[in-house]
Amino acid sequence: MKHTLAVLVENHPGVLSRVSGLFARRGYNITSLVVSETEDSSISRMTIVVDGDERIIEQVTKQLNKLIDVIKVNDVTNEDTVNRQLLLVRVNADNSAKGEIAQLMDIFRARIVDIGRKSLIVEATGDEEKIQAIIRSLQPFGIQEIVKAGIISMVRGPK
Amino acid sequence: MLGAELLLKSLEEQGVELVFGIPGGSVIPLYDVLKKSSIKHILTKHEQGAAHAADGYARVTGKPGVCFATSGPGGTNLITGLATAQMDSSPVIAITGQVASSFIGKDSFQEADMLGLSHPVTKYSYLVRDANDIPGIVEEAFFIATQGRPGPVLIDIPKDVFTQKVTEVRNPGVRKHLLEKLKKPELDFTQVEKAVEALKKAKKPLIIVGGGVNNSEGSNRLLQDFAMKNEIPVSQTLMGKGVFPADHPLFLGMVGMHGTIEANWAMQNCDCLLAVGMRFDDRVTGRVEQFASKAKVIHVDIDAAEHNKNRASDIPIVGDSKDFLEVLCEKLWASRNNKEWLRSILIQNPVEKVNFGRGLDPEGVMNLINSLLDDDTVVVTDVGQHQMWAALFVHPKKPRSFITSGGLGTMGFGLPAAIGVQMAYPDKKVVLITGDGSLQMNLQELAVIKQWNLPIKIFLINNGSLGMVRQWQELFFQENYAETILEVGPDWEKLAGAYNIKAKTLYENRELKETLHSSMANREPWLVDIKVDPGANVFPMVPAGCSLDQMYRSWKNEAHVSSIG
Repeated sequence: MKHTLAVLVENHPGVLSRVSGLFARRGYNITSLVVSETEDSSISRMTIVVDGDERIIEQVTKQLNKLIDVIKVNDVTNEDTVNRQLLLVRVNADNSAKGEIAQLMDIFRARIVDIGRKSLIVEATGDEEKIQAIIRSLQPFGIQEIVKAGIISMVRGPK
Repeated sequence: MLGAELLLKSLEEQGVELVFGIPGGSVIPLYDVLKKSSIKHILTKHEQGAAHAADGYARVTGKPGVCFATSGPGGTNLITGLATAQMDSSPVIAITGQVASSFIGKDSFQEADMLGLSHPVTKYSYLVRDANDIPGIVEEAFFIATQGRPGPVLIDIPKDVFTQKVTEVRNPGVRKHLLEKLKKPELDFTQVEKAVEALKKAKKPLIIVGGGVNNSEGSNRLLQDFAMKNEIPVSQTLMGKGVFPADHPLFLGMVGMHGTIEANWAMQNCDCLLAVGMRFDDRVTGRVEQFASKAKVIHVDIDAAEHNKNRASDIPIVGDSKDFLEVLCEKLWASRNNKEWLRSILIQNPVEKVNFGRGLDPEGVMNLINSLLDDDTVVVTDVGQHQMWAALFVHPKKPRSFITSGGLGTMGFGLPAAIGVQMAYPDKKVVLITGDGSLQMNLQELAVIKQWNLPIKIFLINNGSLGMVRQWQELFFQENYAETILEVGPDWEKLAGAYNIKAKTLYENRELKETLHSSMANREPWLVDIKVDPGANVFPMVPAGCSLDQMYRSWKNEAHVSSIG
């Protein structure tokens, strides 16, 4: 099962290498990894999606916790979170298809951010399911290229 | 003040009295000011020797051992030593020179990415960019190396940082989250309570102790009190040697691939296993799915990541072994009677002795060495057959007195580690049990022994081969002795003589006792080349990947690969 780990780390060079090295060395599977500075510039936040059974996730969490530069590891898989992924797709689009794609993208609240002679670039954000749905809907037109950012995740505030 | 001087001052403040190392281009500025400090420098002949010597020092004292090396090959030569220390949780501090800041990343002469290289083999590593940060980094490095589960730390310092004028020292102290992360864990008393209950209910309890008990000062006494009062048999891993008296009836010896029959049998038949400061290494468990399969496992370790890593435990307890044993002694302090369980363990057949008469019997040699140990003797080993024989038959009497490369199994560890041990304790007797394969891997350090006149006794168990590999080839590879017979070994007497070290070669029993005795009696280094039976194998043996009850009990007898008990 996929788990999402929110990992606070020291923001200095080498930290990413230590974390990715740990995953490589112990054979854990990273599905996605995003690093960004937090509201405190000395601390970065890694959102790591990792695939494995309970025992592997327990080990991943504990091994991460052992790293000196790791401040806190939080498994947010079972928490109520907002998850987002960013997608860019360049899709075939002759003049007749452009309108159709634009309408389709409206449904997903995705945006067309570049228009070429025979193609469009679509930008979208959403959770993993929505991003998959957008990609599927664009496939019939002929996808030229896809770029996705890793998943970021935030626990919802108390209601 | 220069960065180099500030570094030495910071090391002095951490209580460092000696370091092991070799100078080179990037550390000339450091060596240039060495004489101004109180720190004694031991010049090894190879950086690997420096790392192992620092490791030996650290293991025997519990205090960080420090080594210096230059950039590039100096640093890369430390790597085996750091990995050795990492696997056995030893607090080594490595300080490496780096090319000057402006040359970093340009594939400069003698440049190696020490930060990157050190990641998987250290607990932590630093690249110092500003001399003003040195005191803070040194303080934190020592904190990291020694707190929680100990481990090696590397500090990489560019040449220009050594020569930088210190302007405004910055020492923000140890990072706050580290104080929390590495502090001694507090015991979870509900877990402890569960452990007590499990032990109370147990009909066939067994204890296994590992290096963690050696590391936690004072826990050996508590362990002895607890085990003796409750009549629970005690087994150990290789790293757990020295914490329980080997002549006590409750002592079963080592568990695992070359464990004793009693210990392995007890492991496979106990109904409650108390594992303290050990990590269920594959050399201990054999086929892990079948390891202690009847037992409820209580696993006490300071490193939470060890729980459920190799063997799932029923009652994991995060904590220092001393803290745990202290509570256990308070809570479970009733004499109990395990006579029947003990008897069932002790009636297991002893190993059949096989002696081909083609040389000295290594087990007999080990027994003799064992008889020469006084209460404070420290035994250092290399890696291979002699190491396992030593583990089975040579029993130092105190914690931190069996110094061996357990996890990484580094041949060549012994000689430099023995140097570190003897430098730490000039008055203790230090015995190095080594093999002709291992000793040739860091032979160059004989010069250090002579230079400092270290009275180390080198007992060379010489079988003219890479014996452990040869044993595997014999047992599992149809006697195809590919490249394991050392056709040309040195004349060890002449070799020792080249360094002005006294040496003697022994071919038979007649002189053995007298020679070992007389070598121990003086305050000089000695090398005794003991020609043992080249065909001797270490038994018992559990083949790799088999469960602990599938043991070879003696030489080349397939019939003995049978379940015991």
